[in-house]
Amino acid sequence: MTVDYVKLGLKVGLEIHQQLATASKLFCGCPPQLFKDDPEVVFLRRLRPTQSELGQIDPSAYFEFQKGVKILYEANRETACLVEMDEEPPHPLNREAVETVLMASLMMNMQPVDEVHVMRKTVIDGSNTTGFQRTCIVALDGWIKVDEKIIPIQATSLEEDAARKIGTEADGKIIRYRIDRLGIPLIEVATAPVIYSPAEAQKVALAIGRILRDTGKVMRGLGTIRQDLNVSIPNGALVEIKGVQELELIATVVEYEVQRQLNLLAMRDELTSKGIKPTDIKEDIVDVTAVFKNTKCKVIKKALDGKNVVKAVKLAGFAGFLGRELMPNFRVGTELSDRAKFWGRVGGIFHTDEMPNYGVTNEEIEELRKTVAAEAEDAVVFVADTAENVMDALKAVVERAREILTGVPAETRMAKEDGTTRYMRPRPGAARMYPETDIPPMLITRELVEQVRTKLPESAEKRLNRLMKEYGLNAKLAGQIIESEYNLLFENIVKESRVSATIVAVFLTESLKALKREGIAVENVTDEQIKAIFQSVGTGELAKEAVSDVFAWLSKNKGKTVRDCIEALGLRMLSKEKLAAIVERVITENKDSIEKGGKNAFGLVMGLVMKEARGKANPNDVSMLVKQKLSF
Amino acid sequence: MNQNEAPLGYRGQALNVLTQAGCEVGDIIRITKEEKTYEGILIPRAEAGDDKHVVVKMKSGYNIGIRLEPNMKIEKVGKGIKPTFASPPLPPQREELPKVVIMSTGGTIASRVDYRTGAVRSAISASDLYGVVPELADLARIDTQILLSIYSENITQKHWTQIAQTVAEHIKQGVNGVVIAHGTDTMAYTAAALSFALQNLPVPVIVVGAQRSSDRPSSDAATNLIGAVKAAAYAPFAEVAVAMHETIADTTIAFNRGTKVRKCHTSRRDTFKPVNGLPIARTANGSDVTMLTSDYRKRDPSAQLTLKPNFSEKVALVKFYPGFDPSVIDWYAEREIKGILLEGTGLGHVSARCFGAIEKAIDHGVIVALASQCIWGRVNMNVYDTGRDLLALGVIPCDDMFPETALVKLMWVLGQTRDLEEAKKLFKTNIAGEFSPRTLPQERQIKEGGT
Repeated sequence: MTVDYVKLGLKVGLEIHQQLATASKLFCGCPPQLFKDDPEVVFLRRLRPTQSELGQIDPSAYFEFQKGVKILYEANRETACLVEMDEEPPHPLNREAVETVLMASLMMNMQPVDEVHVMRKTVIDGSNTTGFQRTCIVALDGWIKVDEKIIPIQATSLEEDAARKIGTEADGKIIRYRIDRLGIPLIEVATAPVIYSPAEAQKVALAIGRILRDTGKVMRGLGTIRQDLNVSIPNGALVEIKGVQELELIATVVEYEVQRQLNLLAMRDELTSKGIKPTDIKEDIVDVTAVFKNTKCKVIKKALDGKNVVKAVKLAGFAGFLGRELMPNFRVGTELSDRAKFWGRVGGIFHTDEMPNYGVTNEEIEELRKTVAAEAEDAVVFVADTAENVMDALKAVVERAREILTGVPAETRMAKEDGTTRYMRPRPGAARMYPETDIPPMLITRELVEQVRTKLPESAEKRLNRLMKEYGLNAKLAGQIIESEYNLLFENIVKESRVSATIVAVFLTESLKALKREGIAVENVTDEQIKAIFQSVGTGELAKEAVSDVFAWLSKNKGKTVRDCIEALGLRMLSKEKLAAIVERVITENKDSIEKGGKNAFGLVMGLVMKEARGKANPNDVSMLVKQKLSF
Repeated sequence: MNQNEAPLGYRGQALNVLTQAGCEVGDIIRITKEEKTYEGILIPRAEAGDDKHVVVKMKSGYNIGIRLEPNMKIEKVGKGIKPTFASPPLPPQREELPKVVIMSTGGTIASRVDYRTGAVRSAISASDLYGVVPELADLARIDTQILLSIYSENITQKHWTQIAQTVAEHIKQGVNGVVIAHGTDTMAYTAAALSFALQNLPVPVIVVGAQRSSDRPSSDAATNLIGAVKAAAYAPFAEVAVAMHETIADTTIAFNRGTKVRKCHTSRRDTFKPVNGLPIARTANGSDVTMLTSDYRKRDPSAQLTLKPNFSEKVALVKFYPGFDPSVIDWYAEREIKGILLEGTGLGHVSARCFGAIEKAIDHGVIVALASQCIWGRVNMNVYDTGRDLLALGVIPCDDMFPETALVKLMWVLGQTRDLEEAKKLFKTNIAGEFSPRTLPQERQIKEGGT
């Protein structure tokens, strides 16, 4: 679908979140790290909706609470302390984190606030043990330039990352979270909604990402950066899309969202022209367990064995619409199903547009239609689960179907890896924020601002010239280095290892790109490991030809050192003696060919020796030795 | 300007500027400074804050502090709209349910946030409580009473007397149980005091608190309060007990005897631990109160409460430490202190250098008792010379009472009688389970987390 986005009136705003690579978390002394093994501490909690400023508890929040959703938190001793467990008040704001956000803010021409006040933003899905996320604004009102266009930056904030959801159990009544990630500092950069095309959204995100990287204090790799997008089109709705992990995906996500909204609007018009009104979608939920008593459908059969029920609801006029595609591989049925999963804690729904399928027979469908009095133009949705879950799920389906007749619902969606989005939750109302009274406000003095200003990284242009002059890189390579994630690492490596700047630069740009293409998990290798690789090259322990192999090995063997790799791959450089022995042996073994070969003998011997010694010896050394031994 | 509307927490320069501009807390104000404009609601300032910043809540909900500058302009843009707090309607009282009184003394068990200003206000009217913890309506008919509104560190013997007298009145009127909401810092002292003051109890008296204020979704207040009301209404025991989280999880509430419980952690939910004892009862989320011992006083509505609410203020706790100056004891004795609770080391010792001062105090008619700063365990002053010498001086060993309970008991004993011998006898008598003849090995486990 080609769309003229400007004509359409698309508006996109970005919120970029990136984890900061500080020495400790935002409100305690724990290292900002995750753990993989089994948890050492597991504890169960409940979060209770609190009263609003008007004394009321949000009825839907309390309704959810009453169903008894509990949260199991997992922790280990290395990555979480009592602070993350909400068993100890937070320590004062991490200064290193504040200064990093301040630096990024100054780079985006922003005005720091004079006093930072930490706020609590209510979040009761369990992702924060406290029931709120701590967040604070550090600077306001800035701008960056992207392709000659000024993009206003509204605010930079510093907030704590949330716990990681591990899964749900007990029919969705227990949610597991791991609190290792909780409290890792995140910078949030919010742009004004002045981005008018998918491609521009991606460019702006890239530009902000580069600024953050230039602070030298942000984490790298999957999961360390998350982009939220606010996407709206006229007559559609403002939809918030959370958690786009890859920069490269932003344009696709925006494109798909516009597609989804346009398709939903088209569907609304079609259904309306057929005379269907929201009130025609009735919440008449019918027990159809009897229809499926002898079913061959495994899912339903399994559910019924556990004394559950099957219930169904009719969607008037919807026949054929549920199978419609809204985004690639994403149908209207999925949209309904996602709502049902969220509100009803069910595994999914069945609908007549996809039948017969999954072992459900035509006879059963016929019977089902009869039971709910569905005509040919109606669709029927049915769900098998506990009576309570089924009711909640089908009510949610009815609500979502009604919304189709009014347009696009404003909601919060979650981005998937293929660029499509799924329903996450309703859009929160005005953020309910109140002060975090356990943390004193932090003064941002003029002195501090000036001090940070003197440490700002140089501009991209200056840096390009300097890299060319100081390191003898050509313009293309210098440009690639500046664009790369390893911008700052490059100089460190060259200074510390004394390996040729061009070799380092080529590796950090082209070779890494190649490795990534081959499927190597580049983010598994730390900056320190990359430094160590080149240090080994610098000291002659490792041949420069072996750098990519070592890198690939390290990405697959987390926690191992370069030395381990040299051992494991047998890459130790050959000593002069060993090398000489190889040359002598090759000469002896090929005496005849050498005598016959005359002048070609050098090439022959050289080739045979290098076959054995590649990556373990410097070709120049080999050449000298061969010449010597052949005594030309 | 109405007192409530004055720029709360502002002083000095900031107060002047705000008053001149006619700005009150809650007003929408605009600050123009160096060509930047900030607009938002004027927020109160923390008392400890300086007088050089003004705090504004912006449209996004975030607060920021703005430094006062000579060239800045502050204007009032609009009058703040005061949110009217409408308490949810009271659920119908179910006549068949037991009657429980919840008395509040302060603390964070029932409070709510003013989202406009961020201030935490206590909320203890019955409707407030039902608003915060609607489940209570299904457990009991609740009456509420605000007895005190003070931090628990400001509670004194006079307040113990007042609390004990009020509990006695409610019990006389036939309630099925009493719950006392209390700040946790000195909650164990109050629980011990009530254990001595309220004897021959017909119904349970449950002291309850919270380690996380009730304005946060993760607060332990509601679970603790539900557990406390459940015990007050239905538990088979009739004693003074503290109801708090048993572990860091929201899974169980433990009931510990008022004389055997101590705050043992500055911040954890499971800060109250039994000392030289075990919890007497427990309730898990959604289930009844289970007794964990057969050795308890049974609920008996026909029992006649004996109220003995007086406490002496002439009692001191003196902690011994290496290099301790014995003249501290002299200082107390000269100020007509009637009882000294020594917090000694190990099995019950203080340096021989203190013997003279102790002897002099005892000669002056001061009761000197000794408990161990080890907290856990029993004093035994027969093992070493020092202990035997102290006994010979007339120091009373506190057996397995830990120092705080022993101190409260000494205050209570000296509030009951002026006769020295009678007081000593009373001090050594087991009144409310403060002495136990046996200590079992599991009585010192600090249970960790768990599901």
